[in-house]
Amino acid sequence: MKKMWKGNHAIAEAAMRAGCLFYAGYPITPQTEVGEYLSARMPELGRTFLQAENEMSAVYMIFGAYACGMRSMTSSSGPGFSLKQEGIGYLCANNLPAVLVNVQRWGPGLGSLDSSQTDYLRDTRGGGNGDYRVIVLAPNSIQETIDLIYNAWDLAEKYRNPVEILSEGSLGQMMEAVEFPEFKTREEDLGWTWDGTGRDHKKLESSAKPAATKAKIALMTENEQRWESFQTEDAEYIIVAFGLPSRSAKNAIKQMRARGEKVGLIRPISVWPFPYKAFEQAAAASPNLKGFISVESTDAGQLVEDVVIAAKKAKLGMLPVYGLFSGQHIPKSKEVIEFYEKVKDGTEKEVF
Amino acid sequence: MAVRMIPELVSRPHVFCPGCGHGIINRLIAEVIEEFGYQKKMVLTLGVGCSCNMNDNWSCDVLQTAHGRAAASATGVKVAKPELLSISYQGDGDAYVIGLAETLNAAYRNTPITVFIVNNNNFAMTGGQMSWTTMPGQVTATSPQGRDPKKTGFPIKVPEIIAGFEGVAYVARGSVHSVKEIHRLKKYIRNAIEAQINGEGYSMVEILAPCPTNWKLDVKKSIQWMEEEVVPYFKLGELRERSPR
Repeated sequence: MKKMWKGNHAIAEAAMRAGCLFYAGYPITPQTEVGEYLSARMPELGRTFLQAENEMSAVYMIFGAYACGMRSMTSSSGPGFSLKQEGIGYLCANNLPAVLVNVQRWGPGLGSLDSSQTDYLRDTRGGGNGDYRVIVLAPNSIQETIDLIYNAWDLAEKYRNPVEILSEGSLGQMMEAVEFPEFKTREEDLGWTWDGTGRDHKKLESSAKPAATKAKIALMTENEQRWESFQTEDAEYIIVAFGLPSRSAKNAIKQMRARGEKVGLIRPISVWPFPYKAFEQAAAASPNLKGFISVESTDAGQLVEDVVIAAKKAKLGMLPVYGLFSGQHIPKSKEVIEFYEKVKDGTEKEVF
Repeated sequence: MAVRMIPELVSRPHVFCPGCGHGIINRLIAEVIEEFGYQKKMVLTLGVGCSCNMNDNWSCDVLQTAHGRAAASATGVKVAKPELLSISYQGDGDAYVIGLAETLNAAYRNTPITVFIVNNNNFAMTGGQMSWTTMPGQVTATSPQGRDPKKTGFPIKVPEIIAGFEGVAYVARGSVHSVKEIHRLKKYIRNAIEAQINGEGYSMVEILAPCPTNWKLDVKKSIQWMEEEVVPYFKLGELRERSPR
């Protein structure tokens, strides 16, 4: 039976169901409830919760534990997640799995507590020094948050690569009716972990790393694209939105479709790897496509850049790409419709 | 005639500079680990600095972490594998400057790991810059007129801070500048590791070591400078003794 759960509590409980044995973190709004919940829940299950002295320390605790093969996670928001970037780079450099959660808040620096998507470019591009990618999954409901986090450790261990859940302030704070999957554990030895005996960790020589990194990124890009397409088949305009703005966009599309407007939605669920395949399918299915509209809770546009790249890859590079950037709030359906009307009558200028 | 075997853990040649203290310290730690029979039941977490060299000469589970974060990483190792010895090995720049927060907080939580910090009064790997343990008046690449404590503070005594935390199992400061102190140091290292094996809590040993390369002194003068300047300031001995069990 479905029960009402707060987003951040659901992240924490789903992590327990997925077999996470260790959490280290530091309080920061709007994700603090993840750690609060786990501080009570983990001892109950005989698992370890540690409140770290800072964000870096938390990610390095995870680094040490996952080197030894323990399913571990950390979570943060905005500036806290910035501080973790060094450690995320170290996880990637060592091909270590990990699960990371960023419940985004708006703005650079201290920013504000408003729900936003302003960490998009940092998180999808790696964020730290060096060339690496983190698999980044962006749910748009609490149920989807649970489902994505439930498989995040399996995915991280499969590729020996961190997986991030990119949530948003409001998605962390709001409540929805959800169901949780059963508890699971990973019993088998991963084979490469630091078990104290000095066995082979299957690390690569520095000179072999560029080719291996390229191959791994290509493999993850091929295998892990996830998305939802909605009414794209005959669309003239496709709105691209992920997370909470995608809900407003979908609702707007339903209203516009009722009036005969040919509008569809591509909702990236994996924002890295970006779902290029969705655009390729749309290119094949929508011969009358006139443009893309990126709808996002950013100030100056971030997702829009990936829309341009995806359009180019789908051989739709000549089409205009527009951007509705709502800053510190989730765009309302009404705003999406008004924006679409301006695009259609030619008063809105394309971004690319 | 007694034959002293090189510990298997460090049987490969090291690449530390001539006259450097790390080689002796490496060997003492390896001997103690092997005396307890933990060479296949340990993870050695390395900080960044000259300790990075140990990736090559230690034959055990070595985890190279980021600059300053070894105590946090070793904490994670201990969470995942409480039955293993979780040891961090760092320099003074790593543990006391960039990693001061991680160093102090692991101790503050009384995390049951063992931390070895080699204090040679400078950032050695990067070519001898001022560290928080650089002596007043000491010339380094970033204190070319000699360290001025009025502007840059006095050398930090972290073991004294940690010894003031409730509950920590064992804190000591040793040195490798004389045979007598090397023998004492081995006892400190043994206490620190045994404290972890027995589940007594956090243990740490700071070790004073010469760095002739960056001090721009020959080995003999390096030892002499330690005796005259460094050892009188950084008092040797056990700052927190193990509780009788």
